[in-house]
Amino acid sequence: MTLAEILSSLFPEGHAVTAADGLVSGEGPFRGGRLAVIGIDGDTPLGVEGACRLAGHVLAVMRRGERTPILVAIDSDSQRMSRRDELLGLNEYLAHLAKTLLLADAKGHPTVGLIYGHSAAGAFIATALATRVLVGLPGANPSVMDLPSVARVTKLPLDRLEAMAKDTPVFAPGLDNMVKTGAVQGVLDPRAALGPQIAAVIDALPERDARDRAGRERGGRPIAEGIAAQVVREATQPDARA
Amino acid sequence: MSERITDPKITDPKATSWYEASARARLDGLLDSGTFREFIGPEQRRMSPHLPLFDLPRAFDDGMIVGAGRIDGKPVLVAAQEGRFMGGAFGEVHGAKLVGLLRAALVARPAAVLILFDTGGVRLQEANAGETAIAEVMRAIAQLRAAGVPVIGLIGGRAGAYGGGGLIAGTCSRLAISESGRISVSGPEVIETNKGAEEFDSRDRALVWRTMGGKHRRLTGGGDAFVDDTVAAFREAALALIGTAPAFDLATMEAEQARLEERLARFGECRDGTEIWARLGVNDPAAVPGMTTAEFDSLLASLGETHHDAR
Repeated sequence: MTLAEILSSLFPEGHAVTAADGLVSGEGPFRGGRLAVIGIDGDTPLGVEGACRLAGHVLAVMRRGERTPILVAIDSDSQRMSRRDELLGLNEYLAHLAKTLLLADAKGHPTVGLIYGHSAAGAFIATALATRVLVGLPGANPSVMDLPSVARVTKLPLDRLEAMAKDTPVFAPGLDNMVKTGAVQGVLDPRAALGPQIAAVIDALPERDARDRAGRERGGRPIAEGIAAQVVREATQPDARA
Repeated sequence: MSERITDPKITDPKATSWYEASARARLDGLLDSGTFREFIGPEQRRMSPHLPLFDLPRAFDDGMIVGAGRIDGKPVLVAAQEGRFMGGAFGEVHGAKLVGLLRAALVARPAAVLILFDTGGVRLQEANAGETAIAEVMRAIAQLRAAGVPVIGLIGGRAGAYGGGGLIAGTCSRLAISESGRISVSGPEVIETNKGAEEFDSRDRALVWRTMGGKHRRLTGGGDAFVDDTVAAFREAALALIGTAPAFDLATMEAEQARLEERLARFGECRDGTEIWARLGVNDPAAVPGMTTAEFDSLLASLGETHHDAR
């Protein structure tokens, strides 16, 4: 789906969400209140200015004091790769954007990520993955790195990686693999209205970060949940405290 | 098969180089003697289930050491990455150990959580697991900070704090960094591979340090303490930073927004670290890389504007 199709499906009565320079912001009527939307459109890389502007929108939503839910719609490239962005501290800008989303969540604004296109690496972590729950639309293509690049780095032949990718979701790009590792909770139906589907996601927000549990249940990240739980057990035994 | 990480002979662990030391040696010197207790120690051999698919050697601790200890008597939880095992990269086990530690801290309420960064970012062979773990870590840090437990990052290892490690660093309450520490999202080699050597010549080490090294980060507010490359200096800095951790609330995030917007307005046109330092009021920017820590501290004091509370 395109951003315009997503917005008209979300807000059949109209909305005030705009996109400029690949950055999306605004809001529309939702369940008698409003749904705030931020995002990245058009496979745009996320640099220092973009991250700062999106974080500013999230803070503005919080400043209003209502518990407006926030949808983070993503079709991005990776972080903008440049000497200038790193010189200016891109890690701080991306982390700041993620922190504003995490704080909004903590202050009672339900946060939902919606990946409808590509996204990768730092841009993906700072946006869609910083929400309480991330869902996808068919055709979305999240990745950490494409397979030809993985082949270069791992020095393994591409055809062997392609064969491995079929049954090893832990490294292969694509929406299905991110669903199996638990990063993406589920895939929405593009033929049905998106508003009620997002409302259902908000009504069922998990209390705790459930991504590692989903990863175990779906087989894509078989042992992360168990490892984390074991550390908690060992750390909270009475004799474990130094 | 496991990679064995050994240290050169260490006589005084606290005077030893942080950069040269292994993750375990750093912890030995950082914490009060004899107080470290490891969770999921290497004897349990909880190794990556994925690396054999790529015919790669594994490590018994997967390059991540987590545990509890004391620093100057204060109870802390600690995580240390071993940069010499796969560049300290985040895989499934590596990431989950840190996630577990942060979740445990929400229950155990230590005086602080200390993260000894030494990472190139996500481990590509386990990319989806590593990337998701980084998101889980950032969420857990935010929860912990909101609950009033400071999370302090220490950066001075061989691998720096790159990729998702740079984002986690930006989520911490406070950061201490040494001269050789680096914080960045895209590393020099990644930028060069994707955008060409004209954009970033990764072999130009001086350029790397001017762009993402400890002094530049400290001068521009990306780090809170600049320390000598010794375990003792990191210990002292960690202790000091625990007491100055900012709250994680709307006021702090509003202040960070203002701080980052101001940086763009003031330095957005600059093309090199030295230009930024000149605009900060440094008289002789070319001299900064050669300064000792004492000289650099005097410079910071003379600038009088490098105290950035909002993080």
